[in-house]
Amino acid sequence: MDALFEPVAAAAEQALSEAAVFLPADVRRAIVRASEKESNPVAKREYANILRNIALAEELRVPLCQDTGIPIFYVTIPPDVPLTPVIYDAVAEGVRRATKSVPLRPNVVDPLTRHNTGNNTGGGMPVVHVRSGDRFTITVLPKGAGAENCSRVAMLIPSHVYGIEGFVVETMLLAEGKPCPPVVIGLGIGGSFDHAAALAKEALLQPIDEMTEYEQTICDSVNRIGIGPMGLGGDITALAVKVKTASCHTASLPVAVNVQCWANRHATVEVKQR
Amino acid sequence: MKKPIQLKTPLGYEVLSLHAGDAVELSGIVYTARDEAHLRMKEEGIPFDPKGAAIYHCGPVIRDGKIIAAGPTTSARMNALSGFLLDAGVRALIGKGGMDSTVRKQLEGRGVYLALTGGAAVLAASRMRLKRVYFEDLGMAEAVWKIELDHLPLVVGIDGHGGDLFEKVRVSAKKEYERYKIGGKQ
Repeated sequence: MDALFEPVAAAAEQALSEAAVFLPADVRRAIVRASEKESNPVAKREYANILRNIALAEELRVPLCQDTGIPIFYVTIPPDVPLTPVIYDAVAEGVRRATKSVPLRPNVVDPLTRHNTGNNTGGGMPVVHVRSGDRFTITVLPKGAGAENCSRVAMLIPSHVYGIEGFVVETMLLAEGKPCPPVVIGLGIGGSFDHAAALAKEALLQPIDEMTEYEQTICDSVNRIGIGPMGLGGDITALAVKVKTASCHTASLPVAVNVQCWANRHATVEVKQR
Repeated sequence: MKKPIQLKTPLGYEVLSLHAGDAVELSGIVYTARDEAHLRMKEEGIPFDPKGAAIYHCGPVIRDGKIIAAGPTTSARMNALSGFLLDAGVRALIGKGGMDSTVRKQLEGRGVYLALTGGAAVLAASRMRLKRVYFEDLGMAEAVWKIELDHLPLVVGIDGHGGDLFEKVRVSAKKEYERYKIGGKQ
């Protein structure tokens, strides 16, 4: 067997195990900060439950949420590693192993027959994005359905750059409590129809406890509609808005909003080659 | 912060003194049910005594007879499937995201909708003990699990007098969004 298979499978399994149980430090900080800022008593109790849940999952080493998501991978390979099908096969093997060892809920089905494969892999699943880099790393972002189902793509009028903010706010107005707010919003702007959506998802990997002025402005507008934690009302509906952009056609303005629940789970593991 | 109101099953008229927004802690027995279980109960009958019972919209992760994770699922999927349970004497529906005006009317003078924090699957499991299962052939997520609760922290989302916290938030969010649009941003 290819010498890369085992180290890659092990790293993928480890990344998924960590992501399912532990929230990244920046996400915890953002949740704690929001809980301190919140003035609505009902919302404050929701935060107490969320923080207690995060602590319990860590203590008991069990998944934070029963929806352990579908696996989205970002693999970075250094110049000396050949990009062959082995990498993709090994990542899928890591998913099958993690499904048993964590355990993860088997969520992956055929889109038409709805047949569940039972191991969280299937045609085109896991999603694996590969790019070149200095280090050999595997990042996973398990995505739950409640928030993913509230996400939207629009091809806006190029002269209406100001309409991007309205599109994001409208997305949360339609979403209400369904994506388990306080949410994190990944906003992809530009590129093409499909690339904007990929950018929006990748934006969720950025640290969420800091925002640019533009991101903060959109975040403030979302929070003004007052959906609050779980749609019960409150000062904070979005913990953060994170933007990623790409150049686009002069006649286009693709915009994608990828909604993420408060459990913005992701983890990165370095592949240890023998 | 006000102390949560203590509730214990079987529930009776005391649920009618609750108001939307009240914090409660529920102890006693709940029965999990999602879409498939509702359909089965409608067809074949309710396999437990529904008088004063509480239904929990949840598909738990269970391993070796223990509840590992048991957060709430989206209750709106059961909007059209809950009337027969309330008619049979069920006094509380538990889930996340709220329910529609049909259920709000069905709850009037009879029961309440209680919301649990979405994603709080481990917290919920830590307050639960598994008693038994009905309709196990539906699979882990869709079966009806009888669970004993120990002070599950909930909030009254819809009360027995038409009070609905989710609807209140929905209406004010829409108003705020309209004002935002008129603000000249678009």
